[in-house]
Amino acid sequence: MTGTGNIVARQPFPQAAKVRLADPQLRSNLRRATHTIRDKRLRVVGELPDWEALRVSGAAIKDDVLARLPDLLDQFEAAATAAGATVHWARDAEEACAVVTRLVRQTGTDEVVKIKSMATQEIGLNEALEAAGIAAVETDLAELIVQLADDQPSHILVPAIHYNRRQIRDIFAERMPGVDVSALTDEPAALAEAARRHLRAKFLSARVAISGANFAIAETGTLVVVESEGNGRMCLTLPETLISVVGIEKLLPTFGDLEVFLQLLPRSSTGERMNPYTSMWTGVSDGDGPQQMHIVLVDNGRTETRADPVGRQALRCIRCSACLNVCPVYERVGGHAYGSVYPGPIGAILSPQMTGPDAGANRTLPYASTLCGACFEACPVRIDIPEVLVHLRQRGVDAHRGRPSAERTAMGAMSWVMRDRRRYAAALRAARRGAAPLRLGGRRDHVRHLPWPLSGWTGTRDAPLPAAQTFREWWAGRGRG
Amino acid sequence: MTAREEIMRRLRAVRPIPPVTVPRGYDRGPIAAGPAPTGPAADGNAPATTTSGGTDASGTDASAPELIELLVDRLVDYRATVTHCDPAGLARALAGLLDDVPAVAVPPGLPGGWLSAYPGTVRRDGAPRPLTVTDLDEPGLAVVTGCAVAVAETGTLILDTGTDQGRRLLTLVPDHHICVVRTDQVVDRVPEALRRLADPTRPVTLVSGPSATSDIELNRVEGVHGPRRLDVLIVAG
Ligand code: SF4
Repeated sequence: MTGTGNIVARQPFPQAAKVRLADPQLRSNLRRATHTIRDKRLRVVGELPDWEALRVSGAAIKDDVLARLPDLLDQFEAAATAAGATVHWARDAEEACAVVTRLVRQTGTDEVVKIKSMATQEIGLNEALEAAGIAAVETDLAELIVQLADDQPSHILVPAIHYNRRQIRDIFAERMPGVDVSALTDEPAALAEAARRHLRAKFLSARVAISGANFAIAETGTLVVVESEGNGRMCLTLPETLISVVGIEKLLPTFGDLEVFLQLLPRSSTGERMNPYTSMWTGVSDGDGPQQMHIVLVDNGRTETRADPVGRQALRCIRCSACLNVCPVYERVGGHAYGSVYPGPIGAILSPQMTGPDAGANRTLPYASTLCGACFEACPVRIDIPEVLVHLRQRGVDAHRGRPSAERTAMGAMSWVMRDRRRYAAALRAARRGAAPLRLGGRRDHVRHLPWPLSGWTGTRDAPLPAAQTFREWWAGRGRG
Repeated sequence: MTAREEIMRRLRAVRPIPPVTVPRGYDRGPIAAGPAPTGPAADGNAPATTTSGGTDASGTDASAPELIELLVDRLVDYRATVTHCDPAGLARALAGLLDDVPAVAVPPGLPGGWLSAYPGTVRRDGAPRPLTVTDLDEPGLAVVTGCAVAVAETGTLILDTGTDQGRRLLTLVPDHHICVVRTDQVVDRVPEALRRLADPTRPVTLVSGPSATSDIELNRVEGVHGPRRLDVLIVAG
């Protein structure tokens, strides 16, 4: 029972990355944005003397959740039900979409407002609702930009990070119903105001809202949504019916555990001490907020991921996106190259585990990294992403033993060479000779293109040339000066 | 097999995962007021020096000037405006903040005296009828509430729908929110603040500055969907 939906890369990563690398505008938008958040994050993280202790606790709380998941899910369901919510379960993306579609249909409406949520993107909910004749209106500014542009999000936190203000202005001018084009400048304030006007009427008239949840508290049945703009509060407060789509790994054991995550998440995510708005609600409250409350608990490959002792740490992820902003590969290729709603380092380990490596081109994702370790350093729940990447590469090689594949050929040749010192020395000499003509090119010590199967590597990065002399050669020749 | 049964079966089919002990080495603030959430307590590296909020277990003596200063610094950083007054000057201070505001909405339990110096129209939720979205969407309307707790370190006001804060709707639809914070409601950090909530299963809203977005080239813009303007009035306790 593997995961389905928008977590399957359609194109091998190197191929998809190449297309993005050819877009200098994208690269400069990305560079500017990731470095801005990165610097802000470092500043506010540095303010907390107990940051490392918070990370250690955050990781342990999530590991505890994974260890006790079935019991905690039981507890959550009982508490949420007692508070007046109805809990539904879904094995995969199709089933989750079917449940939500049925629930919306029961209300008799054909338009819903939506809070930005990774889970609903993962299951492809908007597409499913549209097919059922239901319009899903994204109310987060960035999601709205992406939706109007008929595009896909490219970042977990700032899905429209690949657009600059001029491009956004043009999208609004062209696609936003009722927008006053003559008054629309490319000032961020003017663009935000246009979005406010466009969405206000929808908020005030919507009867059904769909959300995800950042956290679900087993002890109390409480759901938590963390946001900035207030669109979340609008959706969580004004409609009659609220449907929340929640991955089963989102649980926290107790309400008190939020004290860790409400400190870790905003600082890691937007680089703020706290995001402007956080909403917590438990079932239905008399006279306040939606009076119909549904929670859809989604597996979609999470049970599969949890079964792997090394890989399961990916399920600690709280979707803060810090690992994207520090990743040298993400910074150059952007989110679309990963081919799924989970881009960057976390996407490279999460998607292939949720779908199984053989879905689409997901087997190429664990190679979308330089293994530099910056993602692990940044991760608020200490997911050792490089460790999982190497583990998944190994699993990929093992699974395809006996079948020719790019990495098997490359790794096979490599291990034959490395097993014997003379062979290794000879190979190095050969590599040096082979490298000589490359040295004549623009860069002195890097290779831009290697022959297949190593072209997969140099297609997206430069490789260092072998040194002109090995250490052994230098040592041996040292006495003769 | 239902989806629920199948997911549970798959979860339980995994080889048992060893139990995890959660270390709590971070700063949890003064804890004596309530039981620890879970797990054994600190491994000793909690820096006690950052815990300035509340010098006793009940946290009632939390009006250390540094704490209020920190709160103000954080609030201003989020573009909230901050004013101070003492209990006797509260009504006058509020009237000053509402100078150009023709009407205010207030929750059912807002102390009557607070608006005694305000000459405009007061719309009390639930008296005689609950305010509607249309009532609250009136241009120029402001809302005045209290709060449950304020977190100095993060500049956060916590509303838990107590009677002086009212339904979530009240602080969401109007463009202008004025929140009154007593100094004895201010704590240092998040853990202490969450422990102070009377009942976490009531709807809880954490507010840190006015509505804001950073979606366009990561430029912060205030005022997208929630209140565009947040005024905080700090009343010496
Ligand atoms: S893997 Fe860690 S850093 Fe990356 S999004 Fe998840 S929690 Fe954040």
